[in-house]
Parts: sequence; structure tokens; C-alpha cells
Amino acid sequence: MHPFAYHRATSLDEAREALRSAEDGLYLAGGMTLIPTMKQGLAMPSDLVDLAGIEDLRGIADEGDTLRIGAMTSHATVAASDVVKQRLPALADLAGGIGDPAVRARGTLGGSIANNDPAADYPAAVLGLGATVVTSEREIAGDDFFTGMFETALAPGEIITAVRFPVPKRAAYVKFPNPASRYAVVGVFIAETADGVRVAVTGAAPCVFRVAEMEAALARDFSAAAIADILVDADGLNEDIHASRAYRAHLVTVMAKRAVAGARGT
Amino acid sequence: MAKDGIGAPVKRLEDRRFLTGRGNYIDDMERPGALRAVFLRSPYAHGRITAIETARAAAMPDVVAVFTAADMADLGPLPCGWTVHSKDGAPMAAPPHPVLATDRVRYVGEPVAVVLAETLDAARAAAEAVQLEIEELPAVVDPAAAQAEDAPQLHEDAARNTCFEWEIGDAAAVERAFAEARHVTRLALRNNRLIPNAIEPRAALAEYDPAAAAFTLYTTSQNPHLERLVLAAFVGLAPEHKIRVVSPDLGGGFGSKIFVYSEEVACAWAARRLGRPVKWTATRSEAFLADAHGRDHVTEAELALDEEGRFLALRVRTIANLGAYLSTFASAVPTYLYGTLMAGQYRTPAIHVAVDGVFTNTAPVDAYRGAGRPEATYVVERIVETAARELGLDPAEIRRRNFIRPEDFPYETPVALVYDSGDYPASLEAALKAADYAGFPARRAESEKRGRKRGIGLSCYIEACGLAPSQLAGQLGAGVGLFDSARVRVNATGSVSLYSGVHSHGQGHETTFAQIVAERLGIPATEVEVRHGDTELVQYGLGTYGSRSLAVGGSAIMEALEKVIAKGRRIAAHLLEAPEDDIDYEPGTYRVRGSNRTLSFKEVAFAAHVPFKLPPGAIEPGLDETAFYDPKNFTYPAGSYVCEVEVDPETGVARIERFVAVDDFGTVVNPMIVEGQVHGGLVQGIGQALLEGCVYDPETGQLLSGSYLDYAMPRADDLPRFEVATTCTPCTHNPLGAKGCGEAGAIGSPAAVINALTDALGVQDISMPATPETLWRALSRTA
Repeated sequence: MHPFAYHRATSLDEAREALRSAEDGLYLAGGMTLIPTMKQGLAMPSDLVDLAGIEDLRGIADEGDTLRIGAMTSHATVAASDVVKQRLPALADLAGGIGDPAVRARGTLGGSIANNDPAADYPAAVLGLGATVVTSEREIAGDDFFTGMFETALAPGEIITAVRFPVPKRAAYVKFPNPASRYAVVGVFIAETADGVRVAVTGAAPCVFRVAEMEAALARDFSAAAIADILVDADGLNEDIHASRAYRAHLVTVMAKRAVAGARGT
Repeated sequence: MAKDGIGAPVKRLEDRRFLTGRGNYIDDMERPGALRAVFLRSPYAHGRITAIETARAAAMPDVVAVFTAADMADLGPLPCGWTVHSKDGAPMAAPPHPVLATDRVRYVGEPVAVVLAETLDAARAAAEAVQLEIEELPAVVDPAAAQAEDAPQLHEDAARNTCFEWEIGDAAAVERAFAEARHVTRLALRNNRLIPNAIEPRAALAEYDPAAAAFTLYTTSQNPHLERLVLAAFVGLAPEHKIRVVSPDLGGGFGSKIFVYSEEVACAWAARRLGRPVKWTATRSEAFLADAHGRDHVTEAELALDEEGRFLALRVRTIANLGAYLSTFASAVPTYLYGTLMAGQYRTPAIHVAVDGVFTNTAPVDAYRGAGRPEATYVVERIVETAARELGLDPAEIRRRNFIRPEDFPYETPVALVYDSGDYPASLEAALKAADYAGFPARRAESEKRGRKRGIGLSCYIEACGLAPSQLAGQLGAGVGLFDSARVRVNATGSVSLYSGVHSHGQGHETTFAQIVAERLGIPATEVEVRHGDTELVQYGLGTYGSRSLAVGGSAIMEALEKVIAKGRRIAAHLLEAPEDDIDYEPGTYRVRGSNRTLSFKEVAFAAHVPFKLPPGAIEPGLDETAFYDPKNFTYPAGSYVCEVEVDPETGVARIERFVAVDDFGTVVNPMIVEGQVHGGLVQGIGQALLEGCVYDPETGQLLSGSYLDYAMPRADDLPRFEVATTCTPCTHNPLGAKGCGEAGAIGSPAAVINALTDALGVQDISMPATPETLWRALSRTA
């Protein structure tokens, strides 16, 4: 790993200032992607500004129609949270299925969505629930947040502080894990919310996306059978040594059906 | 039986050390003034080196030196220890395998330069600063494609990239049998390429003492004496007596640490050149790139049968990928450890096997747990199962009809081996019973109700272990004898220091070997110290691979113990004032026959060291005996495995619902350790069948499965509960009756898994690893 300067911020202002004065700095959340990337020499920041010391970025609050989860809340905390388990069990399940226990202990909600790995789980929940990403500068709708592979709407220096997840009527997340890495080859988050049914797919394409045709079908009939014949277009999906485009497209339908069944509790 | 003797499930004596973090691994060793080595590796699969500029790297802070092949001109290439001849009698093409690449690079990860620095970080930074210019050449990674006339050529002296065209068996007899056959089953198979993944990566720590002009090389080796021999006699590092090779605690090997690699040679050479100790530990990425890989065969097989399903002949044609260079035993694995096993457990009267060994732009391929025998078992057991289905026979029944029967032993196969003992029907029937084979149709029906596809598959493997009768090995082209040795040094108080020429890197020798001593000398296993892995301590030995440690190394221990007991008898006769012929020995006690006059073994040991009562000149003091044991034959462990799978047709995900393994290892010394060895082998075999696949990009030769993100290792939740049992027909030609157990699980299980999957899905061509997409596509073909 190349040498870098390390800053531990205790407030948002301090963090932003540290980054501003760095030559080529990066924020550090859980570090579950950034640190391995640096070890491989693929990222060589001059400075790391650690956000772990900012208390305001942690915690889970029940705000009635929404759950507000601080950006630096770990996956393990979300998975074990009684509030999340009661109000949004699909999200607790999702968090409890990320990586392995070590990753869940260190990895954070904010870090995951800021990185926007095509195979990450959390983006499916943010998009699938129509959540709102709260940052140091503004609020960004989930639909506008994920802009491309490893790309988000975040401006340079902007820090995610929390995510507000609408509490759905029912929801579920089902993923097909990569047998090696256990990242999502395909993960589908389906939610029936006050604003309608949302279907968000991660893993399958360069960026998390919604499936309008499935949403419309489920709005009419919230059953697995309603979407059994809907196949997303394989063109543009990811392809690697683990899964072809065609297989990923097929898995989207299968995982979606299982998510519907899960949401229905059947 | 002594309570901790042969047959007792003694807890492993070495585990306290390992579990409390007190193992002695090379990376933990610190030497004052040691330099750290980092290797610059080829980023291209194939290319011409046009320039290596090291001056800038060498001038960086804390960097001591940067060396390339030009600096090491005094070192010879790394040899391949087994010369295979082609069917036309010509010796194999053995192009030089340089320690560091000279003018060409031939696989991604090939070492090109080595940086020595005060710290690891400095060495890494300098390695990045070496300016390596390579003119890229087209690459070929597929062994079949490599034989095409227009394929990129790797070596000048290997036309069509072919190292050898080897054959075994009677082609004419096979031809005749096929002409008369009522049925022929044909199968095209691919044995997938694997990356060994020992938990401890390779490492080396080299020291040079200029006063003695001698090296001490700590290196992760399964066979330190062999390493020393190669360094002295072939690489020309130093005379053999000036090299001490130590292989301390090792975190696994699975074959990948048999071989002599560039890195330890370069470290030793640099230690002498710089007058400083040099240490290197592979990163996991380096292990993926540059450990010798395993398997990688493309095969066509045909089985001729009569109307009752009796095998008439087997014909096998294989192209084996050897990688870019010949690793230490690369040529033996797809030939003498493969073709000779094609009789399996059956009386197939005519067999012909042709194997082309082929160079490609990939890491060298060599022995990996099973080494040739998993490949052979996969061919035989896949085609036997397929033939049964084609003929509408129960796969168990077709095997029963063709088994070599218990009364047929010793049985000479048409492919050069003589099986000494076995009872194949006994293992099969035991496995079928344990697996409730008869109840399978009901379980399948139950799965169908849930929309799942259930299948059951058998695999009746055989292996040739206990490498090897030296005379036979020599006739077949081996460069070394394959005997082993043991020294039993009885201390004055009757405890024992045992020096073994084989090497434990997870196998539990410190326990198993102590149990053998306990059994014969009647002392507790805890009073036996097993020493191994150091050429300075141990007389000689050929190391551990091919499930040979107990069958060969253990037999040497038995013979050394007999020498100790015999000398003890002479001492006891003197002390008991009786003729030597009248002294009986039972473990721990010498007795004048028919009397109550006895001496314990410990009393005799004490008398040997405090020889007040021994007549001078008649008996040498001391009780310290060495035996060298050269096996008379291979040993032939065999067994029957039953695998039951359930496939989710929507996703193609397969789950192993049940796995039964019944093995005949001959005499078992420690059943608990044997069970662990079987479990480990099964996990690796199931990993090969379902998960593990080494993938190179066919165009660029880049390793696509270069980390655990992309190379799927089996995990606990991928695996069923194993049901394992043993049967026993002792080996007839070694003093223990032991056959070896280390590789069986990895040899027998892949065919059982794939046979179960093909049964479940009703298609025969399912390739390994049978990933969910593979199975989903197979199902799509049937739909």
C-alpha cells in the first residue's frame, strides 16, 4: 500500500475541510472496498478522511412513515436492529446477508451506496423502496442517486449522512449469490409502498435498475405468477465467468418471483 | 493393542501447537538483517522481452539490489524429474525452464526480476519501478488449440507445442474388441483446471554462511531432500553437502509444494550474492498465478461392451495441458499416474490410452491431490455409469458384473499394474446400504413433488499409491528412486526420537508415526518425538505426496523398529542369561520363553546406554537404528462413493443431499485422522465438481479466476454431512498392510457428483465445475 495521510474527523465540517485541503483525498467509511483497492495499488489517495468518528452519522430512528438510518451504521447493526426487524424486515434480511460477519461488522450503509458497486445489495433497497439519500448538502431521491457503474449523484466532497427508507406495506429482497465472492449475481428488491410497487435489480447490470413491466404487473396482481413470463432484456446486462447475460436475465425473473413470494409471506 | 497404538483414534499430538498459535511457519521467522524479496512478474501471457531497465528501481530508498536472469547465468534451469518417451521412442521435449525469464515470457505471472530491499514496502515499490518492455506475442491457453499448426509456438524444440505423444496398452487388441462389440459408449470429457490453494502460501528464507560456504534454505517443501538434490545436482547452486533444506510447519500443500520453484532458488542465490538473509512469502495473488496448477485434460473415451454389459475394451485419448514449462513431475502425472489406472476396479481385458502433453501460455501444471488418478477415475467412472444407462442396466449392477473379484488377486491389468489385494464388491455393497440406494426412487418421487430433480451417482475408484518401487520407477523414466527411510533413536530412558524422510504438512504424522512406535515398543505415543523436514536432522527421504507417507515412510519405521527390537533381544538375552532364540518379544517386554523372567523394553534401552553388564566387543552400546524401505509394489486403495443431489431446475443450483464414502485403505493406524483425510479429500473433489474452475482468457491469456472473488472454493455450507466408513483388505507387501488415504476423497468424488447430476437431469454432457448456469443450460437443452 502506498503511504497516505490519515485524518479522523469528528464533525462533518471537519471532514469536508480535511478533504478540501488534501491533494487527492478520499473519505473512508467502513473501508471494505477502498482498503483492498488501495492494497492492490488500484487507488492511491494522498489522504484518507475517516468518517467513523462522526457520531451524527450513526443510528437508526423510527420516524413513522420512514426509517432513518445513519450513513455510518454498520450492516451488522441494521441486521440486528429490533426497529428494522419489526418495521422493515426485508432491509434487516438484506443487511444480514451482505458479505460475511467481518464485512458486516465494518461495512456501512453510506459506504455501500456511495461506492455503488454493481453487485452490492444496498442499492437495491434504496431504489426498491424509493428511499431518500440525505447528504451534507441536500436530499437526493433514490431514483436519481445511482447514475452508473460505481457512479452516483454525489458531488465532490459531499457526504452521505443518512438514508430515509419509506416503510412499505410489504417487501422482500432475494439474491442469487456468486458462488465465489457471494456478491449478488442478481438481487431483486420488491416493495409494495404507498406510492405503488417497485422492483429494483442489482448485480445484473452495470447499475441497479427498476423493472417497470414487473412493477405494472405486480400493481395489478401482487403474485409470482403475474411476473413469471416477464424477462428483462439480456442486452446490456453483465456477463462474466460466473453468469452469462441470458442466465442473469433469467435469474432476474426467478429472484423476482421469489421476492414476491417472500413479501407475501408465502 | 496398546491404547494409543495402531487402530486407536488418538487426538493429534501436534494440534496443541497449531491451535495455540505456536506453529513454526517460515513467514513468522525473523533473521537479523534479512532482506525482503519481491518478484516482478510478467503481465503478459506471451511475449519477447525487449528491455528490462532496473537502474531506477535499484536506486530507490532501502533497495539493495535488483536482479534479472542475466545476473544468474551461473544457475541451471529447473529440471523435470521424469523423462517420458513418445510412442515413437523419442524422449519428450524438455525446453529449459529458467529461474527468471530470459528473452521470452510464456505465462502471466512468470518471474522476470527480483528486488531485494530492507523492507517489503520498499521492495514492492521498486518492483513497480522496474521498466519491463515486452513485445507481446499471440497466446494460446487451450491444450487442444495449442496443437493446431497455426497456434502460437512456445518453445523452439516442441513442434505443435507437443511435449510428448505417449501411449500405453495394446491398441490392436482394443481395435479387435471394438470390432466385435455389441455396444459402444462414447464420451467427451474435460477435466477442469484447478488452483491448489494451500492455506499457507509458499515462502522461503535463505541464509548463506560464507565461512562454511553453506546454505540454509527454509522453504515450503513437501520433500526437502529432493529440493536439496535438485538445487545441488541440477540447478548448481552449491554441492549437496553444502545445502541444508528445512521445511518446518507447513499449512498444507496438496502437491503444490512438491516442486522446486524459481522463487526459493532466487532467494538462495541472492542471499549468497548479497551476504544477507533473504525472505520471501507469496501473496495470495502470486499463489493463484504462479503455484503449479492441477488437472486440465481434454479427453475422448470409448467403452466396448458385450450384450450383458461386460466390458470388452476401453480406448482413451487425452490432451493434457502442461502449462508453459515442465514443472518438477509434470510429465509423470498425465502418463504413468493416469494411463496406468484405466482398468479401475474392472476386468476390462484390453485398454489403450494415448496422451499428448502440450505446452500452453499458462502456469505450469503438475501434481495436485490425486495427480493423474482423479483424472483416470473420472474417465472410467463416468463412462461406466453412462454405459449402464445406455444399456438400461442399474449402474451398481454393471459394476458388479465387471469387478475384479476377491479371488482374482493378485490381478495384472492390461496397463502395467499388478493389484495386490482388494474386495470391491464389499465396498460397493456397504456404500449402497449406507446410502439407502434401494430407497432412492421414493426420495426422487418426493423431490419431484416439490418441483426438484433428484439424482444418484456412483463412483468406484482405484488409485496406485505408495510411490514407488524404485526399480519400476526407474524403468518408467523417473530421475530418482522413491524409497524412504526412518531412524529410530531410542534414548537412554526409553523414549524415542524418530526421524522420518516423509514430511507432514497437515497429515498428522507426528501422531500416526508415534502410534506405530507405541504399538511395537509398548511405550506411550507421547514418549515419541517425530522429527522431519530437515536435511540436517533426517538421514534421507523422498517426502510426502501420492499418499505415500504411511505405506512407504511408515514401512521404513516398521523396519527400523524391527532392527531395534532385534538388537534389544540380543541385549535381553545377555541380561537374562538365556539363548537369544529363547527370548520372546511382545510389545514392551522381552521374556525367556515359558518363564516369568522378563525385562521391559525400557530396561533394555537403559542397559544399551549404560552397558555395565554387556560384554565388551560382543554388543555395541546404543540403540539407534535406521532403515531404508523400497516398496515392492504400489499400494491400491479403492472404494465406492455414492452421491445424491437435488437440483433446483429454476436456478440450476445443485445441493448434495447425501454423500457416502466407503474406502479400503488396508490397515488404518488412526481412524480419526483417516476420517479427516477423507473429509478433506471429498471437499476438494466436490469443489472440483461443483465450484472450482481456473479460467484463463482465451485471447489474452490473462488469469480471470485470480482471486477468491472469482475462484470458488468450497465452504461448509456448500457441503453435506459426510457418511464415511472403511473396509479392510490389508496390503500384502508392506509390513503395516497400509495402503494410504490422503487422496482418495479427491479421486473418487468428482465422478460420483457428476454421475448424480447427469442422473438428475437426464443429460450426459455436464462439464465441471457444474455451476448453476451449466446445469440450467443442460436443463434448457432437455426442455
